[in-house]
Amino acid sequence: MRLLATTRRVIAQLAHDHRTVALILIVPMVLVGLFAWLFSSGEAFQTIGPIILGLFPFVLMFIVTSVATLRERTSGTLERYMTTPASRTSLIFGYALAFGIFAIIQALLTVFFAVWVCGLDIDGPLWQLILIAAVNAICGTAMGLFASAFARTEFQAVQMMPVFVLPQVVVGGVFMPIDAMDEPLQWFAHCLPLTYAIEAVQAVAGNESGWAVGRPVLILAAFAVGFLVVSSLTMPRKTA
Amino acid sequence: MYLMNPAVIVDGLTVKRGKTQVFDGFSATIASGRITGLLGPSGCGKTTLIRAIVGIQKIQSGSVVVLGRQAGELSLRDQVSYSSQADGVYKDLSVKENIEYYARLASVSEDDVARVIDLVGLGSQTKQIVASLSGGQSRRVSLAVALLGSPQVVVLDEPTVGLDPVLRASLWDIFASQAAQGTTFIVSSHVMDEAARCDDLILIRQGQLVAATTPERLLSDTGQKDAEAAFLYLIRKSEQDAGAGQDETSVDSAPAHNGDHHDAGGQR
Repeated sequence: MRLLATTRRVIAQLAHDHRTVALILIVPMVLVGLFAWLFSSGEAFQTIGPIILGLFPFVLMFIVTSVATLRERTSGTLERYMTTPASRTSLIFGYALAFGIFAIIQALLTVFFAVWVCGLDIDGPLWQLILIAAVNAICGTAMGLFASAFARTEFQAVQMMPVFVLPQVVVGGVFMPIDAMDEPLQWFAHCLPLTYAIEAVQAVAGNESGWAVGRPVLILAAFAVGFLVVSSLTMPRKTA
Repeated sequence: MYLMNPAVIVDGLTVKRGKTQVFDGFSATIASGRITGLLGPSGCGKTTLIRAIVGIQKIQSGSVVVLGRQAGELSLRDQVSYSSQADGVYKDLSVKENIEYYARLASVSEDDVARVIDLVGLGSQTKQIVASLSGGQSRRVSLAVALLGSPQVVVLDEPTVGLDPVLRASLWDIFASQAAQGTTFIVSSHVMDEAARCDDLILIRQGQLVAATTPERLLSDTGQKDAEAAFLYLIRKSEQDAGAGQDETSVDSAPAHNGDHHDAGGQR
């Protein structure tokens, strides 16, 4: 299957790149550890911890994907792909699947580290956190694919991070609960996927269940699919 | 035209890239089972023509028909292969991983992977990462991908640029051996001395067809010793003709006439 061919290829590329794998898997744990240490005297880590678990998969996969896709565009491999019988959707979903698998491994490590080493209290089931991380990573991948369409160089691709990701962190409920924000900001926040990722992890951490977890996860998944479809439009087979 | 069995028919191709008019009504025919060289200086439109043949170039008007179907059609994509100047291989994968990936995309059997690796002489480098290969070796990886599944038409953009003479000769031998089995090769080059290795030649300059000929006829028609001199001769001749044409129109001072000349130049 052509979709799986791309997934295998992306995983093989990462398998050759030990440093990137280490960065993807270890950096989130280090940062969670730092936060745990920083807030070791109080309860703040119990609030911040889940939010961090909601941020990492998205941010990291966004960066990795936007650079990887730009490399496809500049190395001639994307152009070659367009001359094969394979479809553009199988390329894009192949990427999403590969990074989704990585995100699950990353989430497993980060969640277990946060819970068992740093003493984060998650009242809800841990598998839900892993699931959210995977959906969140796929959403980050999808947005990275989309953002790379606006970059011509790797420098620009990295600069897309502050453009596409930082505003979401600012209004996503990390610094201030959404309810406490001005109404236009609330409205803005509800247009952004990361808001729902944070809402979902907070719901799991607070042992809410059912729709309180399901609704933000479904919205997040819809964002992911939407961006994947839109990014396939940013990769026309025929270019000028 | 005189070709019995054309692999590619380009008719009135008009392409604009950005603000540049690359082609304005370009027509040419490429025979099947032969090596056709697309020759001309850098920026003359070779890459654009090639991209149009493999169906990834947006065109304003005209048509490009490959094996009787519109260029880029799904059913053509496993019969027409393409290797760009940029190699189009993953530098962070091994030789075998690269070729296996493209084999899976084109639903080509695993056996064929070994065949094309042997064909381009990379049998002892299969596990090596492409980034660690020499320029010539990575070019051969790209060629191996293009030969996967024995496509009917192989389109190569500057496959020998920057390679040493020995490697260039070995690549041309590969093209010749595959063409002898009926594969159509369309190979661009700006190195005129490669013209002699082609069966047919299409000479292009500034988006205009300068000549569609064979290496032998190119030399005999122009009376020059080598392809480079012959090409220069043709260009000077066409510039003189164009110059004469302009003088004529300025004498006539008829704008319509001027337009006719322009059209005639485009279709030639």
